[in-house]
This record gives sequence, structure tokens and C-alpha cells, in this order.
Amino acid sequence: MQLIYDWFREFYERTGINLIFIYDPFDRARMIRGFWLTIELSFVTMALSIVIGVIGAWLKGAKSLLIRYGIDSFISLFRNTPPLVQIYFFYFGLGFLLPRVYDPASGAMVPLVSNIEWAILSLSLFAGAFNIEIFRSGAEAVPHAMIEAADSLGYTRAQVYWSIVLPLALRNALPALGNNLVNLVKTTNLAYAIAVPELMYVSREIWSDASNVPEMMIYLLLVYIGLVALLVAGLNWLERALQIPGYGQLGGH
Amino acid sequence: MTTDPAPRAGLGETIVSLRDVTKSFGLLTVLNGISLDVARGETICIVGPSGSGKSTLIRCINALVPIDRGSIKVEGIEVNDPKLNKLALRRKVGIVFQSYNLFPHKTALQNIMMAPITVLKQDRAEVEARAHALLKKVRLAGKEDAYPGELSGGQQQRVAIARSLAMQPDIMLFDEVTAALDPETKKEVLFTIQGLAREGMTCLVVTHEMAFAREVSNHVYFTEGGVIVEHATPAAFFGHPQDPRTREFLSQIL
Amino acid sequence: MLRFRDAFAISPFIGASAGAVRDCRHTCRAALFVAAGVFVGSTALAAVTGSGHDSVFTILVRWAPLLLWGFLFNLVISVLSMAVGTAAGVPLGIMQLSPLRPLAWVAGLVIQFFRNAPWLVLLFMCVMLLPFEFHVFGVRVPFPDWVKSVIGFALPAMANVAEIVRGAVQSVPTGQWESSESLGFTRGQAMMQIILPQCIKRMLPPWMNLYSLIAMSTVNASVVGVNEMLTLTSQVHAAEGSRPELLAPLYSFALVCFFLYAYPIGKWTERLERKYQVKD
Repeated sequence: MQLIYDWFREFYERTGINLIFIYDPFDRARMIRGFWLTIELSFVTMALSIVIGVIGAWLKGAKSLLIRYGIDSFISLFRNTPPLVQIYFFYFGLGFLLPRVYDPASGAMVPLVSNIEWAILSLSLFAGAFNIEIFRSGAEAVPHAMIEAADSLGYTRAQVYWSIVLPLALRNALPALGNNLVNLVKTTNLAYAIAVPELMYVSREIWSDASNVPEMMIYLLLVYIGLVALLVAGLNWLERALQIPGYGQLGGH
Repeated sequence: MTTDPAPRAGLGETIVSLRDVTKSFGLLTVLNGISLDVARGETICIVGPSGSGKSTLIRCINALVPIDRGSIKVEGIEVNDPKLNKLALRRKVGIVFQSYNLFPHKTALQNIMMAPITVLKQDRAEVEARAHALLKKVRLAGKEDAYPGELSGGQQQRVAIARSLAMQPDIMLFDEVTAALDPETKKEVLFTIQGLAREGMTCLVVTHEMAFAREVSNHVYFTEGGVIVEHATPAAFFGHPQDPRTREFLSQIL
Repeated sequence: MLRFRDAFAISPFIGASAGAVRDCRHTCRAALFVAAGVFVGSTALAAVTGSGHDSVFTILVRWAPLLLWGFLFNLVISVLSMAVGTAAGVPLGIMQLSPLRPLAWVAGLVIQFFRNAPWLVLLFMCVMLLPFEFHVFGVRVPFPDWVKSVIGFALPAMANVAEIVRGAVQSVPTGQWESSESLGFTRGQAMMQIILPQCIKRMLPPWMNLYSLIAMSTVNASVVGVNEMLTLTSQVHAAEGSRPELLAPLYSFALVCFFLYAYPIGKWTERLERKYQVKD
């Protein structure tokens, strides 16, 4: 491995293209940490936003007007405001209102909720709001006759939702959901603004030190495009794996 | 497989001439050696079961679909020529489609006027006068400012006919233009085409309307499986069909 | 059927106000809910605030004009970006449909690239890699950050507009192409006079959706130092002694401003979508 690193150092000396995050051990370590943090952020927010989407879509069918109105307002609020301001509101606005706790590891008073946790919360709610809409329209595309059939077989409302509606709604919603998840992965780099050391933040630190802005930018673009491509491939695979013969776009006639 | 074109004695000059026209889409051969001649002023009808290549044939004649082999000559222009002047061809040949294909964002008058003004660069006032005359001819005077969405199917089809006529073609192609219409509106359109034929327009009509074929056309061609199975004058064709396939087709639809 | 007035989408804001008047019930209800929440939050904070300080409400009122001015700047950036993005995106979308394979391939590549790249990275690239001034005919022309941000936002806008155009053109029935060609129109004439005018109403809802997204992302420009609303918000915070309890109300103010702008646009877009779906 050291040979590879040295080759990149030579590459820099020969061509002036500085990929310092490869050959310098310190920068390399930060870059790897930042990359994995981006991956972690992406996965956790994707998972949480899907949970929020499923629960929210379920609640939107509730009898209580208050609950439905509440969910509607939640969706409206998160869809019509900038995600960056949402992050700031959570981290700066609410964060400062929460008490500080003693952290034995660093020996200092740290906020109760860290910036990474705020970022995850904010981004999950943001993507979750969109997901509620997506799952709702996926659920509405499930033929009513099926729900009636399940009802008459004695399923409770919860059982109908879980066993009948959800599996079909998921397949209906997969294209739009995939789109939203891809956007979410790209949006995770807004966490940069609250000093979460993800890919973008680390890249910026490196280019501030090494003044290799163009190289870092191109690297960032390639990594994100690569991640998006992987995600899209994964989603396509999922769509094919979940395919029911004769149902829906891929399986239908 | 070739069929001899009909003898042309006693008719005018041949202005459309197909020889051995062959066209395949992938593995499917849609036209398998079609040959026919059309004289100036003649009206010919092409009949046959669905999928026999009739629509493709029509589209080959005005170069919407390129042919694989053979030759199509329209008033001296070789359609199969790679250096074909498409504009010159389209000035001579007008086409009307089954689905009218009017431009929905323009009024009837504008639909008719668009091509002569934009493509032929003719004088606007002259084109407008001609457009009004054409609308009167297809019995739609008063519908100048109507949009296609406000017109019935038959009315739209007549506007489509007027639109093609505005280019002052020598030959008109009709691709099953009444297939999408109900019986009442069918009559209006067929009457219009009959009027054109009587005036001496050279018409190639792909149709399922046998009564029309019998009354209006000079010659009938029956295609099946990409070849011309039989062709004759309407009297002979409907009176004594020779080929068993022709007889079977006629027995199914008459 | 398409009338000329349907093709006008001069400013979504004008339309949004008109739509807002009509959807007043929804907008008022939602806005009331949001405003109530913010107000309750602020007053609660005000109560918590120690004596000797101005109340949150007073502070908001004092700084509102400046913050609104900043908000206007955001909107200007969004409108400019969308204009540039649309102007570049329409030809790009048409290029992608060109029968010339190399041209279509290059256009496709450009579109995929700018659609999949994160907007923040593109913004950084434009702001940091473009020069800070030009020399044209010996005259020094400054290239300020906010203009570079406009370009930074216009790039993803362009790619998304191209995709919208492509989708709309492909949804026009092939019969239209056939009849145009038969009448002697060149491909270019057919595209400009016959196909594209039919596409406009199809393109409007996704286009407005895109505008909404662009308008939201203009706040990202604060990260690269443009003096827009979010930057001004933190400056206001500093001016008021950096009191931490002010942050929630100040950011809520920004949230409310964007909400009141984007919500009517969203409702109007929904209405347009329904209207055009029924007609088709």
C-alpha cells in the first residue's frame, strides 16, 4: 500500500495534481473517517426517513381530524422550508435550549444532543416528510377491493395496513422513493454547515491546508456521483427482486 | 415475388410507380416485393387484412419510412435515392392519417396555413385566401377559429384533408382515414374524398370501406402478407375475385 | 387547448399570489398554524429571558426589514438562476433528442452529471474556481460571489429543465412528428412551431416544482459567504450580543418567510397539475 501512496506523491511532484488525501497519512485518515461518516449519515437517515414515512402514511389515514391535520402541517412545513435552515434551527435554535451534560471522556460540558445527532434528526424529518407523501400515494394505488377483502376476512385495520397495503404500496412507491433517497444522500452534505466532519467538511479542511481546491472538488464530485450510482443500482436490484409477476410496471402486461 | 402491374392502356401518364418494394422491420418482412402503377387522375384503393403492410406502403411512398429494396418513383423523383430532396417530394405528395394529427394548439385555419407559409414561404394573404377556400371546399366554412379539440372527429379529418391540400400536391395519400370515425361522420369524409377524386386528383386510398372502393376507385389492389395478391377494376374485383385468398377476404367483410 | 396566456410563467411569485388568494383557506390555515407556533415559541422564550434585555418580539420587529431585504435577495438569486437554467436547459434537452448520436450522447452526459452532483459541491466549485474578476477590453469587471452562486444554482436547474423538456417532448404523440414531416417541415421547424408549444403546459408543474427547490437552496449560498438572508440572520444574532435564546426565533423567522413563499407556489402547482391532467 505504501507503494501506492508514494506513487501519488510522485504524481503530485510530476504533474502538480495534489491528491494529498491519498499519500499523506494524516489527511488520509481524516478522509476515510469523513467518507464513512457520510455513509453512516446516509444509511441512518434513509432508514429513519422510511420509518417516518411509513408511520406518517399510516397516521394520515387516521380517523382523528387533529392527527391528520397535524401530519399535513408537518409535511407542509418540512417541504416548504429550506433544509439548511431546518438544520440550523434544530442545532443552533433548539440545541442551545437543551441542557449541557458532563462528558467524562473529554472532561467538559457537552450539549445533550451532538451535532451529528441533530443532523440525523433534521435530515430524517426532512426526507421523512416527502416519504409520507410517497407512501401515501403508493398506498392509494392499492386497489380498494383488496382492502375490503381483507376486512371481510376479519383483519384489523393495523393488520390490513401491515400485511396487505404496505407490501403493495412499497412496490408502487419504489421509483419515487428511490429518487427521494438519492436526493437525501446528496443532501447529507448540508451537515457540513454545522461542523459535522463528513466528506465535504473534511475535504474543505484538506483544501484549506493544502490549497488543492480543484482536485478536492473533482474528487468530491466523483465520490458523490459514485455513491449515487451505487444507490441507484441497488434500488434497481431491489425493484427487480420485489417484482410480483403480472403486477406493476415491470411485471405488468 | 413480383406481380405485373396492370396494363395502362387508355389512361394518362404514370405518375407513381412502385417496383419490387421490400421493407422489413427486424425479422418481420412487412412488404415483400410490391409493384404497382398509378396514372394521373386515377383513384386506387388498397384493401386487405390488418398487418398486411398497407400503412407501411403508404408511408414509404412519401418517404416517412425508408424502404430496404426496390424503387418508388413519384413524378420522376426516385424516393429511394439517398440524396432525395424531401421537400420537393412532399410538395407533390399530401398525406392524411387515421388519427388526423392536427396541431392542437392552432386553430383550423392556422393548421391549414402553417405549412405553405413556413415551408413554402408563400405570401400570407394568398395563403389565407386559399385556406378559406379550402375550408369552404370541405364544407367547414365558419370553423376557421375553432381549435381541433372543439371539432368532431369527422370535422378534424376534413381539416386534415384541407391542410394537406393547401400544399397543392399532385397526389394525395389516405391511410385508413375513416377507421376512427363513427358511421355518420365517415360519410362526410368519404364524400369529401370522392369530390377530390372527381376533380381529377390522383388518390391512393387505403381503406376498409368496400362500398367506397367499389364506387369511387378506378382500380383496387388487395394485399395480404406483404404482397399484392390480386388487383382489378372494381367491377371485376368485387364481381369475380380470382384468387381464393381474395374470395375469403371478401366473404368475411361483405 | 393551449392558449397563449397559458405559456406565461413570468414569475411564479405573481402566480403564487394569485393562487394564494384563491387558496386562501389553505394558506391562511397553514400560515396561521406556523405563525402561531413561532409566536408561542417566541413569547415563551421571551418569558424565559432575563430582565434588562429586549424581548424577542421587539428584536424581531427591529431587524425584520433587514432580514426581509435579505430574503428578497434570495428570491432574486432564485429567479435569475431559474431563468439562466431554463434558457440553457431547453436547448440542452432538445439536443439530447437530436438524431445526431454524438450530440445526443454529449448532452446526455452533461445532464446526468449535473443532475447527480450535489448542489452544494457545484456551488462551491463555482464560487471558488471561477475568477473573481474579468478583464474585458481592458476594463476590469468584478465577478461577485452572488453572481457565481447564480451560476452554481443554474447548473443543476439546467440539467433538470433538460430532463423535463425531454420527458415532455417524448410524451407528444408520434403522429404530430409524422404530419409535420409530411407537410415538409424540417425537424427544427417542427420542434419549434409544433412540438414545443404543445409541451409547455406539460412542463409547467415539474418546472414550478423545480423552481421551489431552487428557491429553497439559495440559502446554501450563506455557506460560501454570500450576504443573503441566512448570513444576515447570523449577523443580526451577533449584533444582539449573540444571545443563544434568540437563535430559535431568528431561524423560525427565516422558516416562516420561505414557507409563506413556497406554500402558495406548491398549491398552485398542484392545481395546474390537476387541470392539465383532466384536459389530456
